Amino acid sequence: MREIAFDDIVKAVRDIIVHCGTDLPKDAYDALVTAMETEKSPVSKEVIRQILENADIAKDEKRPLCQDTGLAVFFVKLGDEVKVKGGLLKDAINKGTEQGYKDAYLRASTCEPFSRANLKDKIGYNLPAIIHFDIVAGDKIDIEYAAKGGGSENVSRATVLAPAAGKDGIVAFVKEVISNAGPNPCPPITVGVGIGGTFEKAAISSKHALFRTLGSVNEDPEMAELEERLMTEINKLGIGAMGMGGTKTALGVHIESNPCHIASLPVSVNVQCHSSRHTHITI
Amino acid sequence: MGQTYYLTTPLKEEQTRQLKAGDIVYLSGVIYTARDAAHKRLVDLIDAGEKLPFDLEGSIIYFVGPTPPKPGDPIGSAGPTTSYRMDTYSPTLLKHGSKGMIGKGKRNQAVLDACKEYGGIYFGATGGAGALLGKRIKSAEVIAYPELGPEAVRKLEVDNFPVTVINDTFGSDLYKMGRAQYEIKD
Repeated sequence: MREIAFDDIVKAVRDIIVHCGTDLPKDAYDALVTAMETEKSPVSKEVIRQILENADIAKDEKRPLCQDTGLAVFFVKLGDEVKVKGGLLKDAINKGTEQGYKDAYLRASTCEPFSRANLKDKIGYNLPAIIHFDIVAGDKIDIEYAAKGGGSENVSRATVLAPAAGKDGIVAFVKEVISNAGPNPCPPITVGVGIGGTFEKAAISSKHALFRTLGSVNEDPEMAELEERLMTEINKLGIGAMGMGGTKTALGVHIESNPCHIASLPVSVNVQCHSSRHTHITI
Repeated sequence: MGQTYYLTTPLKEEQTRQLKAGDIVYLSGVIYTARDAAHKRLVDLIDAGEKLPFDLEGSIIYFVGPTPPKPGDPIGSAGPTTSYRMDTYSPTLLKHGSKGMIGKGKRNQAVLDACKEYGGIYFGATGGAGALLGKRIKSAEVIAYPELGPEAVRKLEVDNFPVTVINDTFGSDLYKMGRAQYEIKD
């Protein structure tokens, strides 16, 4: 067994949160540069220019990229030969989240669902984090992190189609979700699509799909083809940057597909705004 | 692209009635922040016939919940939040003298109608450009509801704050116009 200290995990999590709050990852920045170069609408082009200028200011002056600094979402793979010494892994991630959000002057955005009371004093600053665990072989902890904003989460949808709906049904559903969302999720967006599994598996897959590097190609050729088809269809909607009208509504479409029940075809669409703050570390 | 204007608040009706969807406006002067919870309180005060924490006449209301300021800064990152959550309240504020709102995303028909009737403008600021927009805010002061934290009402002094006219007083909607121009139908 390899021992990893609780405090080392806290520090690692704290550091990625501070970094992601102000530094737009290279894949997202590059995708926006390409979008600006290829966008046909002068209004949308100007919006993307502002988004890139904002990213430069945020990085240089260590200011949060957006005032919506999100809920902290993690996908964690714990190696079966790892022993966390000094506390629970979940507690370490939450503690690191709280420290990172405080240290980088990010916003505490968690609240009670009905009273809407902020939970920063009751549970912790921007706590609890949303953590998805998996156990794998090995002696490492693999942590994927994203700061997930509310505007793009609000337009996300999941459903279960009839198997006969097939790829055409999935394309129609994704198009409908993005068309209805219009300017609200801060386009140009990344579209995560979870297919198959069960209702909740599709939703979690659509979230995880957003963590993939923008510009990367799906390893499954069939899914790569479907991603391309969806990308074309979404960009035909004409929504453009911040909904001002344009040819670049999506920066990328990422699919994660799973085996499913013979009776069902679950599909979930999780939308990510242009400020795609995500990273990946291994401890 | 539309015309470019440099305007100082408070805005007058003859100024707002000349703006058209797609125009770029650089706003200077005082604007006020409010989100869902603050809007509800403001409208409750109007309904009760009580005095508001600021003068609505000619005012611009910015839908924003900023990040905490770093030491020495007036405010943190401060980009617009999604506006539809304020749709229930905006017509009342426009009726009582407010001349504009800054946010992002679609508004409902009642807001568009109120813009036409009372000479109001719905401005869009670039969502996710919180660092850039925060720098155009020269001072910030909480003037009501400090217990709401990021949602408190703040008086902001802005300098050439960049916004785009989404909905004008003629009933036009930049989101619809822009999309119609670039949508490819099968």
